Amino acid sequence: MAIQTIKMPDVGEGVAEAEIVEWHVKPGDLVREDDVLTAVMTGKATVEIPSPLEGKIVWIGPAIGDMVPVGTPILKIEHAGEGEDDTAQEPAIAPDAATDKPAAAPQPAASSKAEPVPVEKPAPDRLPTSRPVAAETSAPVARPAHAPGAPRPEGEKPLASPAVRLRAREAGIDLRQVPGTGPAGRITHEDLELFLAEGPAVPQTGGLKPDLSVKEIRMAGLRRRIAEQMSRSKSRIPHITYVDEVDMTALEELRAGMNRSLKQGRVKLTLLPFLMRAMVKAIADQPLFNAIYDDEAGIIRQHGGVHIGIAAQTPSGLMVPVVRHAEARDIHDCAREILRLSEAARTGTALREELSGSTITISSLGALGGIVSTPVINHPEVAIIGVNKMAVRPHWDGTQFVPRKMMNLSSSFDHRVIDGYDAATFIQRIKALLENPAMIFVED
Amino acid sequence: MKEIHCKLLVIGAGPGGYVAAIRAGQLGIDTVIVEKARPGGTCLNIGCIPSKALIHAAEEFHAAMRRSEKPAPFGLGHGAPTLDFGATQTWKGSIVQRLTNGVAGLLKKAGVKTVIGHARFRDGKTVAVETETGTQIIHAENTVIATGSAPVELPILPFGGNILSSTEALALKDVPESLAVIGGGYIGVELGTAYAKLGARVTIIEAQPQILPLYDASLVRPVEKRLGTLGVTLLTGTRLKAGTPDGKLTLEGSDGREKEVEAAKVLVTVGRKPLTEGWGREELVLDMSGPFIRIDEKCRTSMRGIYAIGDVTGEPMLAHRAMAQGEMVAELVAGKARSFDRRVIPAVCFSAPEVVSAGLSLREAKALGIETVTGKFPFQANGRAMTLGAEEGFVRVIARADNHLVLGIEAVGDHVSELSAAFALAIEMGARLEDIAGTIHAHPTLSEAFPEAAMAALGHGLHM
Repeated sequence: MAIQTIKMPDVGEGVAEAEIVEWHVKPGDLVREDDVLTAVMTGKATVEIPSPLEGKIVWIGPAIGDMVPVGTPILKIEHAGEGEDDTAQEPAIAPDAATDKPAAAPQPAASSKAEPVPVEKPAPDRLPTSRPVAAETSAPVARPAHAPGAPRPEGEKPLASPAVRLRAREAGIDLRQVPGTGPAGRITHEDLELFLAEGPAVPQTGGLKPDLSVKEIRMAGLRRRIAEQMSRSKSRIPHITYVDEVDMTALEELRAGMNRSLKQGRVKLTLLPFLMRAMVKAIADQPLFNAIYDDEAGIIRQHGGVHIGIAAQTPSGLMVPVVRHAEARDIHDCAREILRLSEAARTGTALREELSGSTITISSLGALGGIVSTPVINHPEVAIIGVNKMAVRPHWDGTQFVPRKMMNLSSSFDHRVIDGYDAATFIQRIKALLENPAMIFVED
Repeated sequence: MKEIHCKLLVIGAGPGGYVAAIRAGQLGIDTVIVEKARPGGTCLNIGCIPSKALIHAAEEFHAAMRRSEKPAPFGLGHGAPTLDFGATQTWKGSIVQRLTNGVAGLLKKAGVKTVIGHARFRDGKTVAVETETGTQIIHAENTVIATGSAPVELPILPFGGNILSSTEALALKDVPESLAVIGGGYIGVELGTAYAKLGARVTIIEAQPQILPLYDASLVRPVEKRLGTLGVTLLTGTRLKAGTPDGKLTLEGSDGREKEVEAAKVLVTVGRKPLTEGWGREELVLDMSGPFIRIDEKCRTSMRGIYAIGDVTGEPMLAHRAMAQGEMVAELVAGKARSFDRRVIPAVCFSAPEVVSAGLSLREAKALGIETVTGKFPFQANGRAMTLGAEEGFVRVIARADNHLVLGIEAVGDHVSELSAAFALAIEMGARLEDIAGTIHAHPTLSEAFPEAAMAALGHGLHM
């Protein structure tokens, strides 16, 4: 028997560390070759690490949510193979495994031959690897609900031993407020401690009880990525948000017409492909909006290709799949790509490159879009277009109010790069295109 | 004389005052105590302690005298005893002296400065003490009034000559041939019983229908019975109409009939009054509560920085109440959070047999509208009581009917004063009947009557 150490593999270009998002095994488990051991996350993609051999898990190092540098031992498997334990090389980090074995000469071959092969695109049947399991990992020790004693009648002296009374007095507690659980409603030291810890009970009416539990949820996996990304955006980018309303009546009529006469193989058109095409046109006039600002280097990289990120809600949190080269896609192509990517994001099968590389982003909550939002720029981009809810609203056409399908666009810009005037011009251009949708299809 | 400045001044070195001063000294408070007589107050000098010495001597003499007339059931008989009452008084005095010296030593050890003299307030922060060597001015941030109480004098029969207060009654050089006791409260009964045992012909005159009127009739009956066997005449429902300093008393019964009683000495024990005069109260603005100084739950008077403790603040006028108050006030002055939140102040009457009460009486519980259960266990069924020849009396426990919380415990019987510890602890700790019934009490002791009474209240007395 020998022990094989599994290290954090090199999971992609330029990645120095990865986060453990899931353990599929625990110490004592028997694993076969190719069984998934763990899922790690880099960027926004999840990578599963399979077992290189058959054996028994004897040690697991990092916990879920830990950032682990590439090359760090993460797991040890006891297997029936020949050879000495490779753990002898790392006595300091493996105190609980084979420490009684004499220190053998370093055997680099033992670990290099067993280097696991990262699986970047897991098969759909054994997937969902990116689901954070924070809820399971941090179940707090449930404190038994405090069952208060029978309520004391008004004006009755609280019943407590002199020691309890003295403690209460020194702690500034009025014992009349403390429920007693002892015999005859006596207030015990434990009752007092609980009161000191949790304060007075809320007067209980109608069987409602205060829930005093606190559940700790470790920020891990995608949730942590989102948190980091949001912090980066909000702390580094001075946002300017601009809101204007758009009359969508004409576009909605056109969209309905196009969907009615949809050719075989084409997907149903939503609003987004129209917006994307309008953005491509606006960017052609104002290319600065399709840029990446590397503020550390002091360089704005203005891209020719319009790679539009679509902020999408998935079961595990916010993801931004990217429609690449929207300038080279017609409206149906855009629609098809949006559908494909959002499906991939939802099922967790999106590739890492499908989740990165955007140059501008759309944030849309659809029917939940509200009236106004303050979108957070997808760092290091410089603009994000927020789509609010469409609704029929009265519109003054000069002589009377007419019902129109109105929708607001709430858009944020990096004010370091984009001036307010330019931002307004950009949105007015998109607004004009959406209100006269034929212009979207006119070749310049 | 150099003026004294201190953080705490205690006026009166009785049980309340000296405890306050000792505790304050322990807590590092700069404390001065003023006392015009010896430390220890009424309790140590002319109350609890000397009376207990006399009661013990009297009982010893009486038991021997009884055996000289008729041998004890266990066979002990002997000739007539002799009593050197002067020696009794000397012995009593030595006990008092040991205790008062002890208190003086404790005060010294705690770093308390004692000033001997009569204190008088000049204002809320200044007291002048008339000492043997002149007037001592004391400025204090906080003052505790612990001036105590004194026997009540009857206008128609002032103290002096053969008309005695408890103080003189404890210091008689000879046992009087006859003694009339006016007032059948616990002091009158205790001293009347003692002198009866010492051979005096004693008459106790009480205006209420029974002696020891604060107690339930069932508790008093064994006492009345014992007084009867001691040859004491009980004149209850009887008032004093007139009296002469030489001991001729004119009494009036509840039926309106007059009666003459003549006694060598007359002991007047019609109560005690708080000492609220003679120390400059008129210089202060203290709210009163009847004859007492009004205090709150922290023993604060209506004046900031002035506390009052003990008998001067009201009933029950008991040394242990004053002590608890004194300790609390010292800790309050030291900045600690305290309040007088005691549930029970037990009381003992050293009559024959003794009577103990702690917490509510049955009557008081009923007056509060509480539904109660009671259990009683007689010493007749207690082995230890039989071996002591002390089968008179019982223990009675009163508890709430709904949750069995013990509200009151009473006992009458020889030696039951020591049971007061268990009674008070049970109530202070919030014991239920089941707690007392579930506590193993040593066998054979009188204390076994306590859990038996609790079991009786629970409906399953064992030895009944």
